Amino acid sequence: MANGLARLKVKERVEEAADAFRRSSFWESIFRPGSPFKRGYSDSPRNRSYVIMNNVLYHLHPVKVKRHAVRLSYTLCLGGLSFFLFILLTITGIFLMFYYRPTAPAAYIDVEALSTSVAFGSLVRNLHRWGAHFMVLTVFLHMSRVFYHGAYKPPREFNWVIGVVLLLLTLLLSFTGYLLPWDQLALWAVTVGTNMAGFTPMFGNQVKFALLGGIEVTGNTLLRFYVLHVLFLPFVIVIFMAVHFWRVRKDGGISGPL
Amino acid sequence: MVEIPEHLLLRSAEAKAKALGIPVEQVLAEMRGEAPPVAPAAPPPSAPPSDPAPTAPTATTESPAAPVAETPASPSPPAPTPPAPETTTVSVETPPTEPLTAPSSPPPPASENGERATQVTLRPVAPPEEIPEGVRPQRLLTVVKAKAIQQVKATPTDKVNTWPHLMIAEFSALMVVTAVLIVISVILQAPLLELANFNATPNPSKAPWYFLGLQELLSYYDPQIAGVIIPTITGLLGFMAIPYVDRNPSTKPSDRKFAIMLFTLFLTGSATLTLIGTLFRGPGFNFTYPWADGIWFDDLKDWVHFE
Repeated sequence: MANGLARLKVKERVEEAADAFRRSSFWESIFRPGSPFKRGYSDSPRNRSYVIMNNVLYHLHPVKVKRHAVRLSYTLCLGGLSFFLFILLTITGIFLMFYYRPTAPAAYIDVEALSTSVAFGSLVRNLHRWGAHFMVLTVFLHMSRVFYHGAYKPPREFNWVIGVVLLLLTLLLSFTGYLLPWDQLALWAVTVGTNMAGFTPMFGNQVKFALLGGIEVTGNTLLRFYVLHVLFLPFVIVIFMAVHFWRVRKDGGISGPL
Repeated sequence: MVEIPEHLLLRSAEAKAKALGIPVEQVLAEMRGEAPPVAPAAPPPSAPPSDPAPTAPTATTESPAAPVAETPASPSPPAPTPPAPETTTVSVETPPTEPLTAPSSPPPPASENGERATQVTLRPVAPPEEIPEGVRPQRLLTVVKAKAIQQVKATPTDKVNTWPHLMIAEFSALMVVTAVLIVISVILQAPLLELANFNATPNPSKAPWYFLGLQELLSYYDPQIAGVIIPTITGLLGFMAIPYVDRNPSTKPSDRKFAIMLFTLFLTGSATLTLIGTLFRGPGFNFTYPWADGIWFDDLKDWVHFE
């Protein structure tokens, strides 16, 4: 009995403390007006607008969208999912970078150790790899969706061009990542791929040399692909993505129904 | 009918009362419809001859008492007012509510008329008030219903709040994909073959699956055509040029059959090539049947078994 009373008291005290914390000026200072986390948030049209406007992540979106855009069957969320997969790949990729050295003697050992002796290492590597395949797929399907809706027509022509660049960058990101495990699959897939690039008319050998950092796949190629994969290509793709999303907003939002 | 604000109504009534020299209350009562309105509401001119009202023939007179006489035109059906201008018309049949008709016993119409006329003429016309220096007297002509100053050109579209409607859809899509990915990643191990060995070329050597369509093309055409010209010229530049080549403004599928046909051809073609390159090519990149010889694609090696 006494125990129960004490527990009740503790519970009340915790609730009181939480309430006091939510009233504090510190908590108030964290959130911008209209945040659902603020005390006294009410569901009003004004606050619904504030939720989007006053959040650094959400304000990528307009405050209001056409009703048909909410229907999942219209876009299937493919563009958004491509972006989400990119974020997922960034997070898992950063995790993998902690355990990976991009040198010919060490790379394979590191990947093997990652799969066997790092907590969640195998899961994160699998997520990274299957997520990458997913992303190639979603980007491609997103392009097809945009084509079938005729959503590249004026004023969205240039955003389509940016989109094609994004598809190319996605493929390059996936391809450069392919080499990093430094196993037979990686080595020979990249050999086949770079051989194709070598058939470029006139300066084929130069293209191949620049890609490989030599005349064949070596440790130099591994380092080159690693830097391209973790730094250069993500840097470029983020810039193109920013322009892409900005143009979606500026060119009249999501396209209309047929 | 536009609802006129009270203060404007009052102002209007004051102006009218001043002009006609009658009490403001009376004008107000008229305007509110409590008292019968002035002449314009009188029945149309065709009414008197056809209407055998009891007092009709004798009841009407033309009153010369010009501006003041305007006041109480009768709206009652039998009142056969001639189609004279409102300021000169006086209807005899003043309803009992009319405040101006003084002794409203039922006298003969003619006498009432006379009495009325006298009363009208007797009423002193209000002397013009002193207008202060620099003030221009104005009177309210009409009240126009306000319209928006800005001309809205865009037609309103059917929109909903992003929060919560779109955010919930996106969040669920995101959760579903995450869940599917985690399930796949738990079940299927990403391939890791033996250490890279420059001296052991696997047979066949295959590119990543999204390049296998190209690799398949390579087995048909010259490498310069299949490996470079087709992917860069048609693939990359061709795709970028689509919006500038396709000048058809319509987005309706029925209007763009040719474009849709071309793109579908590309989609099915590349999907077919990729599938052939992935599943139907074995050692030496020769044709195999996956159900007979197994899968010759190491990305799938660990988790697809046909044998």
